[in-house]
Amino acid sequence: MLLVVLEHDRGTLGEAGREALTFGRTLAAKMDVEMHAAVIGAGAPDAAGPDGIASEAGDHGAVRVHTVDDGVLSDFGPEAWGESIAQITRFLAPDAVLACGSERGNEVIAQAAVRLDAPMVANCTDITPPGTGGGQWAMTRVQWGGSLLEDATLDAAGPALLTCALHTVASSPVKPAPSAPPPVQRLDVELPPELARTVVKEHVVLEAGVTLPTAPVVVGGGRGVGSAEGFAPLEELAELLGGRVGCSRAVTNNGWRPHSDQVGQTGTRIAPEIYIASGISGAIQHWVGAMGSKHILAVNIDPEANMVVKADWAVIGDLHQVIPAVSAEIRRRWS
Amino acid sequence: MRILCCVKRVPAPGARINVTADGLAVDAAHLGFTTSPHEECGVEEAVQITERTGGEVTVLTLGPAEAAEQLRYAASVGAHHGVLIQTDGAAWDPQRTARALTAAIEALEESGGPFDLILFGNESADSGGFQVGVRVCYSLGRPIVNGIKGIEIDGSTLRARREIDGGFEVYELAMPAALGVKEGINLPRYPTMRGRLASKKLAITTMEIDAEVGGQALVRLHRPAETLSQTTILGHGPEAAPAVVDVLEELGVL
Repeated sequence: MLLVVLEHDRGTLGEAGREALTFGRTLAAKMDVEMHAAVIGAGAPDAAGPDGIASEAGDHGAVRVHTVDDGVLSDFGPEAWGESIAQITRFLAPDAVLACGSERGNEVIAQAAVRLDAPMVANCTDITPPGTGGGQWAMTRVQWGGSLLEDATLDAAGPALLTCALHTVASSPVKPAPSAPPPVQRLDVELPPELARTVVKEHVVLEAGVTLPTAPVVVGGGRGVGSAEGFAPLEELAELLGGRVGCSRAVTNNGWRPHSDQVGQTGTRIAPEIYIASGISGAIQHWVGAMGSKHILAVNIDPEANMVVKADWAVIGDLHQVIPAVSAEIRRRWS
Repeated sequence: MRILCCVKRVPAPGARINVTADGLAVDAAHLGFTTSPHEECGVEEAVQITERTGGEVTVLTLGPAEAAEQLRYAASVGAHHGVLIQTDGAAWDPQRTARALTAAIEALEESGGPFDLILFGNESADSGGFQVGVRVCYSLGRPIVNGIKGIEIDGSTLRARREIDGGFEVYELAMPAALGVKEGINLPRYPTMRGRLASKKLAITTMEIDAEVGGQALVRLHRPAETLSQTTILGHGPEAAPAVVDVLEELGVL
């Protein structure tokens, strides 16, 4: 059996969880086993309810859902989640455990792995299970945020602990849809109370609406913008398009924008319908954050810039003239 | 406060990363080396904390003899001690790395007393295994939370902030504790001339620790297949604006 650990925000299944199930479906077929899902913590008690996670997990291919709840699991906590995963893994004895390689996914699978004294392979893009009669797992995984791939092997005495790299697959439900939601089974765990030490204490919502990782349009600026003030026309265009402003690492290193606006390996991975990258050369560090964009339009004075070469469309010119002209054209068409 | 920062020496790539002929490493012939970015921020955070509260920062790395450069760089921006677990430079798997770091930390704490705070980078820029800090802390019996972009210290309690989509979470950990930090927690300073000079005199403690190999093994590195897109040039300068808006209309984002 393949056990997929679902990432959820206090009972609401996120895109990471749906991706893990979509990736897991293919893997379970290769392994010739069933795919089960695990829901840990707040939200688990309602998993089987009408708006619960179980039916959505079923729509994405899970044939059984296991829930774990405990007083310590009032909110996300990496140690408590990891200990829960370790305990249900010992009990259910799956052939493999998989989560999405999000920040939390990688963290909790690592916490489970060390408790099981087992190896863990993070951010796989392709996984081949051992042949009949055992042996090694083989996988391709991401290095350098996706700029390089690593072929690796895994020797695991017990279950293989794995995560799939974020956005390796686009999530999709199974077709035809299952006729009934999957059965839900509650599992008991015994969590040491001291694991409450790493449970979230406060949960603060800063902004409603469009955020950088989910924005349909991102207007990015790089070194070529030249100053903090230089971002005003980019802000204007982003607002007209209902999008957000992003930036390169050079920009945050210069203090022109907060780090939360940084697109890149050490910043935010974006996946908009279109990324308008202006004054950005397209170094590896930035590219791996931008490569999830469905389309890219580059604005750059240098026709040889990496970002221009990799873009779908490009305008060769000074962003300080091009970006305001685009905003003006949008206004003209609207009026 | 006694703070330990674990850092990794990684190549500093530009627009493209090449792989050596045997596929086992990044071809660094024309590249410089640097400290993995999250960890550079970890060192800066540790230095800022000790500037406010007093104490000492020790920087620990596992790598070839050349990794001493990254320890000296840390010293040039304010770290006090450098410790190198010297290897032949081949890539170590995450379990082996964690076992060696754990042994080194236990030895350092045995001789110098416990570290109040251990900082790891959330993940290394190159191999990105996302687990070494978690493994070390479990072996040491210490709490760790990853993804941290803000630290406040209140007596013996750490308040740590983690960004989530549209907001943030706060964790409270009693020291001794550990955190996996991310770039953006601060803006690392550049070394001063005085710092550079002082770093040359840094006495580096070298340890030789081997550790049991783990279950994950590197077979070969390769570059992903590049989807060569034909870039359509929409025009030059502001005159291209109507063509740009046509594209936006076509995509339905207007």
